[in-house]
Amino acid sequence: MRRLSRLPGEAWVALSCAALFALLAPAVPGFASAGNLRNLFSSLLPLVAVAVGETLVLVTGGIDLSVTAVIALASVLGARVMTADAGLLAGNPLAVPAAVAVMLATGLAVGTVNGLAVARLRMPPFLATLAVTTFASGFAIWLTRSEGIAGLPAGFRALGAGRLGPFPTALVVVLPLALAAHALLARTVAGRWLFAIGGNARAARVSGVPVERATLLAYVTCGACAAVASVLYTARLETGSPVLGQRLFLDVIAAVVIGGTSLFGGRGSVAGTVLGALFITLLDNGLNLRGLSSFTVLMVKGAVILAAALVDAARERMQGSR
Amino acid sequence: MSALLEVESVSKAFSGIPVLEGVSLSLAAGRVLGLVGENGAGKSTLMNVLGGVVFPDTGEVRLAGDEYRPRGPAEAMARGVAYIHQELNLLPNLSVAENLFLPRLPRRGLLMDRRRLEALARERLLAVGLDVSPWALVGDLGPGARQLVEIARALAADARVVILDEPTTSLTAPEAERLFALVRRLRDEGRGLVYISHALGDVLRLADDVLVLRDGEVVGSGPASGFDEARLITLMVGRSVDTVYPARAEAPPGEPALDVSGLGRGGAFRDVSLTVRRGEVVGLAGLMGAGRTELLRAIFGLDPPDSGEVRVHGRPLRPGPREAIARGVALVTEDRREDGLVLDATIADNLALASLPAHARGGWIDQRALAQALAAQAAAVRLDAPAGLGRPARTLSGGNQQKAVLGKWLLGRPSVVLLDEPTRGIDVGAKQHVYRLVADLAGGGAAVLLASSEIEELLGLADRVLVLRRGSVVDELCRAEFDRERILAAALGVAPAGGRS
Repeated sequence: MRRLSRLPGEAWVALSCAALFALLAPAVPGFASAGNLRNLFSSLLPLVAVAVGETLVLVTGGIDLSVTAVIALASVLGARVMTADAGLLAGNPLAVPAAVAVMLATGLAVGTVNGLAVARLRMPPFLATLAVTTFASGFAIWLTRSEGIAGLPAGFRALGAGRLGPFPTALVVVLPLALAAHALLARTVAGRWLFAIGGNARAARVSGVPVERATLLAYVTCGACAAVASVLYTARLETGSPVLGQRLFLDVIAAVVIGGTSLFGGRGSVAGTVLGALFITLLDNGLNLRGLSSFTVLMVKGAVILAAALVDAARERMQGSR
Repeated sequence: MSALLEVESVSKAFSGIPVLEGVSLSLAAGRVLGLVGENGAGKSTLMNVLGGVVFPDTGEVRLAGDEYRPRGPAEAMARGVAYIHQELNLLPNLSVAENLFLPRLPRRGLLMDRRRLEALARERLLAVGLDVSPWALVGDLGPGARQLVEIARALAADARVVILDEPTTSLTAPEAERLFALVRRLRDEGRGLVYISHALGDVLRLADDVLVLRDGEVVGSGPASGFDEARLITLMVGRSVDTVYPARAEAPPGEPALDVSGLGRGGAFRDVSLTVRRGEVVGLAGLMGAGRTELLRAIFGLDPPDSGEVRVHGRPLRPGPREAIARGVALVTEDRREDGLVLDATIADNLALASLPAHARGGWIDQRALAQALAAQAAAVRLDAPAGLGRPARTLSGGNQQKAVLGKWLLGRPSVVLLDEPTRGIDVGAKQHVYRLVADLAGGGAAVLLASSEIEELLGLADRVLVLRRGSVVDELCRAEFDRERILAAALGVAPAGGRS
């Protein structure tokens, strides 16, 4: 028991994923089939992309509510650029790269606005990103009159379901992203800065940490990660949608919190988030396959997140009392 | 005239270190007792005993003849002892009336009884002679009015003993006069008052009797008419405590490393000029609130100065902690929990925090080199972390937390080191290590500016001492002139006991 309690938090999440899989595999027909696993994997990857970005922000003690709005707005703007019906660059061979660039730029721009509002103007992250969310998703719906944009080029759709050699294209995008984010947090000076800001921003400033710049970096990266997820989701859906990702935020927070990142800031890891995303995807997929209504699935997810948040708060209390 | 409050040979030790040793005093109704002593003389502990915050180890206290052993501030208040603390504990976002009666606001059913609250508040405000609306927000009041609100709050109608701890520190002269009038009125109403202050002149004017504490013992007491400021200071200072300070090499003064000229910031300090040379330790003395912390923070660029200039090794220093660190300046802050450490981060992360760029290439941390440097640094500052550097900094003792802060700064090999109360709240053994580190720093050619409330510490470590009072340098002493009484007198703003004019 003693040795068990010394396992890193990530190992616990990995064990929980294995246990959940072992529980669902016999209980849910078709759960462990190759087709379903591929399906599971393709919903996991974009979620990992968003959740990894959110991890960076939570580590600083902030929160970014705008990731889902970034996904929707980038989806719409990208589709506007490349759609075969009326796209700005319809038929142009550069339409797809240009559209992807526009989508990433959308994420970077929204992230910059969030970052400046929080770091420079000292607005509370919750309020700043909530306002940005409202604006961006309203803008996306206004642009499209609430209708999806179909007719995306095949080259773009391949990003969703296509393969590069033996690997799904999405994996080729998300794996390097996650590895880079992991390296950023664990191995670079900037990563240490983010943890220090989340742990004690005053002490960080005294110690020469560029608090403003590092905080800005976290929000900008988070926006970019959400844009990457938007590319994957849009390609999978084959439509630019102004309501894309609308119900995703709960899953993002669930993945991050189950992964052991503290909502109080100062603690977290990308590996944990990836495993947390796996856990929530397994749960979602398994319960859906089992034929549970989406409301029941929501209730179960809510309970799981509550449990993860309880563990987080308990850990915080234990540290406080030592 | 029977005694209202009698303290008989009360002693108290904290973790084996005696703070009060056989202290006795007697306070009669309708009298003001002035209590004076240096920082750490035991004044606050003695008053905490009376206020029910601290239990005495031995000794007895009697209130109006009955045994008095309060088991908490609430019981002390219920028995009629009102203790008005030095730090105000008011809620600035609530009204005066609410502050006066929290947590027991008058209610009618489930609702607050506003009318009754207002009436009660008016009564209390009248008692302290404060003319503000009961519904004014405390945050909108000046410091003088806030002090009166604090007194009004503690002053239940039946308070027989009223303790005032440094009530005038943040008051202007007219505000202080109003407070004195109130003190006299409370006395004339037949209450007994204990008045604690560093302003010796005020104490002599207000008090009927005086008690002087030094190192936890009563070293003088009697009617105030038998004392003057010089005598009080002589009693307060006394002999030195038995701390050993590391020998400082007789250093030939080096090049100026830190040059501060005409530095000022808001109301905190003004027109401060000083120079610290390589290998020199300059002490900064002064009372709490004299501007020492503010000055160090401004030099480091945390709170940039309004006027003046800081030069490091001859070149101007742009304000900001990053610039300061890049130029070899370190600031060991006074408050290690708020400003010094990331408590939940590991000891290793804390040690590394101020010098990460030096252990990285292109933003990538050189993990192995950093780990080696941290282990070496932990050993150099004698950090005692039995469970390893991977544990949260929170798990360290106070002394080791302070060593971790020092280790963090010394890792960057600073050439100018600003130390703000580096030994506050740490045990004697850890203090010795800190003294050793300061001496070694200077021996290695660093310029050290050391702010401390313990005059003894400055005399033991510094080559020169500057005395700050109300934000200005009022005296400067070189080693040959070191004199506790002169420093204390300068800090208090009174003529030194030696009779200089």
